[in-house]
Amino acid sequence: MTQDPNQAQRRHWLGVLAQAAPAELEAHLSRHALPALQWLRRPETGLMMVRGRAGGTGGQFNLGEVSVTRCAVQDDDGRLGVGYVRGRVARHAELVALFDLLLQDDRRRADLLPTVIAPLAERQRAARDVASAQAAATRVNFFTLARGD
Amino acid sequence: MTAPGFCVNAPLLPGFAQPEDDAQRVFRVLLDALSHPGRIHTVPLALEAPAPLATATGAAALTLCDYETPLWLQSPDAAPWLRFHTGCPLVERPAQARFALIDDPATMPALADFPQGEPEYPDRSATLLIQVADFTDDGLVWSGPGIDGETTLGVAGLPAGFWRDWQRNTGHFPLGIDLLLVAGDRIVGLPRTTTIREA
Repeated sequence: MTQDPNQAQRRHWLGVLAQAAPAELEAHLSRHALPALQWLRRPETGLMMVRGRAGGTGGQFNLGEVSVTRCAVQDDDGRLGVGYVRGRVARHAELVALFDLLLQDDRRRADLLPTVIAPLAERQRAARDVASAQAAATRVNFFTLARGD
Repeated sequence: MTAPGFCVNAPLLPGFAQPEDDAQRVFRVLLDALSHPGRIHTVPLALEAPAPLATATGAAALTLCDYETPLWLQSPDAAPWLRFHTGCPLVERPAQARFALIDDPATMPALADFPQGEPEYPDRSATLLIQVADFTDDGLVWSGPGIDGETTLGVAGLPAGFWRDWQRNTGHFPLGIDLLLVAGDRIVGLPRTTTIREA
């Protein structure tokens, strides 16, 4: 199921959109004409449990709950755009859903992927690299020379 | 970017306009219906449910079903709509269901095929939403808890022998199933405590 290239691609752009600034998405959206839309699910906020693994490899544990806002929109052809974002900004979820809908249209995708998704993804990657580098600089290595008995 | 087109489904109908308020109003109606068997209640909202579901069936399903309630459908046409709006699991066999939607009573399974509950947990039984043709003024005499003495109400569109099947269902109390009979936007509750006599 995860081998489907469409699914991997969609997962990628949904992730990028969910982490983008709503104002930026709004500016991008204003340059595109929207098709006839119907909101299937208005934005609604709830809690989701985030799970983690100690060290990235250990057993799963519940890290904590995070508020998530979601919504879903559909066009007349039956395409379904979904938006799931962390936090309670309803408009952000709507923007993600609208872009998800537009990106499923083959003609629009050819235009949107390089102009919207690629620059956002590049910037998010750069920001992550900076944060990783800063964290890596504080790394401390522990050595045990002799075991006390 | 040469991937084939994205999966496109038939457009879905929206669910409740105000999910929390509407679900609470419908839940109140369902409570009233089951506390007063044989009395006709009306679902107080205009919901367009996909065929073959009636308004009241769709509203009750959106209200009652969630990810913990296995649902059995007699005909699968409304499955995408119910899956999207409620997230409920759909099951193959009536015996696995907590709720069941029946749009053609003439070909429905026997009532005994649905979960009857367990002696320690009689609530682990199924609730059936059955779409009937119409309600009429007389034809059946209803009695039991929630009814002051007796009341009369007829139900059109149920197969012959249904009420004999129902009598067997009430005989296993506290086990048994509960019914909600639906015609359009009207709904009548029929819990396992109600006995029905054909007039």
